[in-house]
Amino acid sequence: MRVNGAQALVKALEAEGVDVMFGYPGGVALPIYDAIWDSGQLRHVLVRHEQGAAHAADGYARATGKTGVCLVTSGPGATNTVTGIANAYMDSIPMVVLTAQVATSVLGTDAFQEVDISGITLPITKHNFLVKNAADLPEVIKQAFHIASTGRPGPVLVDIPVDVSKGEIASFRYPETVGIPGYKPTTRGHAKQVKQAAELIAKARKPMLYAGGGVIASGAAKELKELAELMQLPVTTTLMGKGGFPEDHYLYVGMPGMHGPKYTNYAMTETDLLIAVGVRFDDRVTGKLQTFASKSKIIHVDIDPAEIGKNKPVDVPIVGDARNVLAAITAELRKMAAEPRTEKWMRVIDEWRRRFPLHYHREGAALLPQHVVERIDALTAGRDVVVATEVGQNQMWACQYHKVLGPRTWLSSGGLGTMGYGLPAAIGAQAGRPGSLVIDIAGDGSIQMKSQELATARIYDLPVKVVILNNGFLGMVRQWQELFYDRHYSQSVLSQQVPDFVKLAEAYDWLGLRVTQPGEVDEALVRAFEHDGPALVDCRVEPEENVYPMVAPGGSVDEMLGGIPGGPISDMLDEELLTEVWE
Amino acid sequence: MQHTLSVLVENKPGVLTRVTSLFARRGFNIDSLAVGPTEDPTLSRITIVVNAENTPLEQVTKQLHKLINVIKVQDLDPGEMVDRELVLFKVNAPPERRHEIIEVANVFRGKIVDVGKNSLTIEATGAGDKLAAMEDLFRAYGIKEIARTGKIALSRGLREQ
Repeated sequence: MRVNGAQALVKALEAEGVDVMFGYPGGVALPIYDAIWDSGQLRHVLVRHEQGAAHAADGYARATGKTGVCLVTSGPGATNTVTGIANAYMDSIPMVVLTAQVATSVLGTDAFQEVDISGITLPITKHNFLVKNAADLPEVIKQAFHIASTGRPGPVLVDIPVDVSKGEIASFRYPETVGIPGYKPTTRGHAKQVKQAAELIAKARKPMLYAGGGVIASGAAKELKELAELMQLPVTTTLMGKGGFPEDHYLYVGMPGMHGPKYTNYAMTETDLLIAVGVRFDDRVTGKLQTFASKSKIIHVDIDPAEIGKNKPVDVPIVGDARNVLAAITAELRKMAAEPRTEKWMRVIDEWRRRFPLHYHREGAALLPQHVVERIDALTAGRDVVVATEVGQNQMWACQYHKVLGPRTWLSSGGLGTMGYGLPAAIGAQAGRPGSLVIDIAGDGSIQMKSQELATARIYDLPVKVVILNNGFLGMVRQWQELFYDRHYSQSVLSQQVPDFVKLAEAYDWLGLRVTQPGEVDEALVRAFEHDGPALVDCRVEPEENVYPMVAPGGSVDEMLGGIPGGPISDMLDEELLTEVWE
Repeated sequence: MQHTLSVLVENKPGVLTRVTSLFARRGFNIDSLAVGPTEDPTLSRITIVVNAENTPLEQVTKQLHKLINVIKVQDLDPGEMVDRELVLFKVNAPPERRHEIIEVANVFRGKIVDVGKNSLTIEATGAGDKLAAMEDLFRAYGIKEIARTGKIALSRGLREQ
């Protein structure tokens, strides 16, 4: 049966098992939209801005583990996805972005709504394609999904000129295998290096597991837990790794880095063996590189060879899939009959945990953002909950006070730090997980970058909940200005009153609630969470509350501002206990 | 330190851009670049000469490997490679000095490929130092134009198994 390119594209998406995609039509995308009209399987969510489509596809991918798909038209439709693509690229999220393009006959002539989107996205995609013949479409789509979802995942863009979507193909046949000569990710760790890692772990006195997004991407949460429990290894998870290890576990020692708890950063500084898995030694984690884990040997497991040794020299490099490698290391340790020897190290960490917990002033009458997050955490305990965040103070408080218990229940823009990510990501997650309670912990600045997507959630009956920690400032910018720019609040002042978020919610037919006192928090949250449809809670919080502790930009991670007073690591060591550890 | 990278890529549109923009993005300046199809018409070889310290170069090599269209990347060992470059020199040559210039060209096994009223065009191939010596000598007569292909290189046969 003859089909056109657009129909072949839709059949290919169906063959890939795509059940929902996010997009926005336009001139040269119309043949594709016509083919979608005829498809029984493909559900299309019409967003209100193409950046929202990209973030929704990203949120869908993070929450489900499947590849997210978005579809937009040429020119401005395509350029509007750029931030969303860069966001997915930085966080290694599998995504296929379909952009329509002007006809091949006018490519390169500055035609109406023409933009060289494959050129623009070259540095922010794992790979991209410009399809010149309709007959190539099935093969290209097959490759796009394969590249996006294997190895180190990432966004792949497919640019489809309008004559290609209209062009006829004699018959549709979806390839069963892909052959890309230059693309063969290494998934199994080298046996010798695995053995070396196991030997180091077996004899380490003060080991630390430092787990990141790679643990989520490879589905290695179970393997990580097995290794940690077998050898009683304390575990930290990065912002991208949250959910890779249950945060209510005894061995969980927090998120390291700029706004990590003091005990976490002390432990990262004092460790003698850093077992880094699926992480990239980001500057927000390491602070000053020279002093980061400087007493430690480093094992680095990553599927991307280019990450190993990029920022920090490594003693045992292992290229491979985190899940395979962790399982192999655990098997090796079992074979060696290795015994845990971290009891005293855990006592040191416990002592730090006891003396330097996360802390804020709970006593006063003011409504504090930390309290709101703590209540979200408490009121959702035991439920199937997915938490998205925006970017800034709201994100850091969410990191500190919401305990993520399982993989794929935490959506946060890590590498790019994209304000406006949370709401569309929550919408994407809800579309992929209709049964979950999906909450976006937002700031008043961030939410306004994508608030038009309130319409999308309402119209598609996606009952997401938005909790705004409304302080009337670009809070994190203000915090830096307070600490490092003599309190010059240059262009960081918004307004707690404008917009009226409750009215905004109501304008989009959402439930809108306002909280101004600590005593009102629980009732409002419960009402929002129990509400049948989408709900927004505007929490008018203390405007100048800061996120503490904080590592000053470029500083050593053991030298933190705020929180419970405690100096650098050199002053914080209980000599007696440490001597015992070393014995 | 100067490195000669031999990069085997799929012979497809846009691949050269992917490779060169990666160098620019990571802050490397390409000294020379030569590209052409190989014995297999679906593959091209890009020879890139780049000045870089070993550690950052290793990072860029790994990043190159990650490009989907890149099949193989070799950092050629200067002691174990054959490298050549082709240069065309258009040299000022009034009739009375032609002979001298032709002699210089002959010493370096250069070939006269064009004779004008007041110029000679000499074709020369070789490794970098020889071509630099030629350029030096021609400078005395006045060089009007130079065009060079960029270095191409292969690893020596003794490395074959």
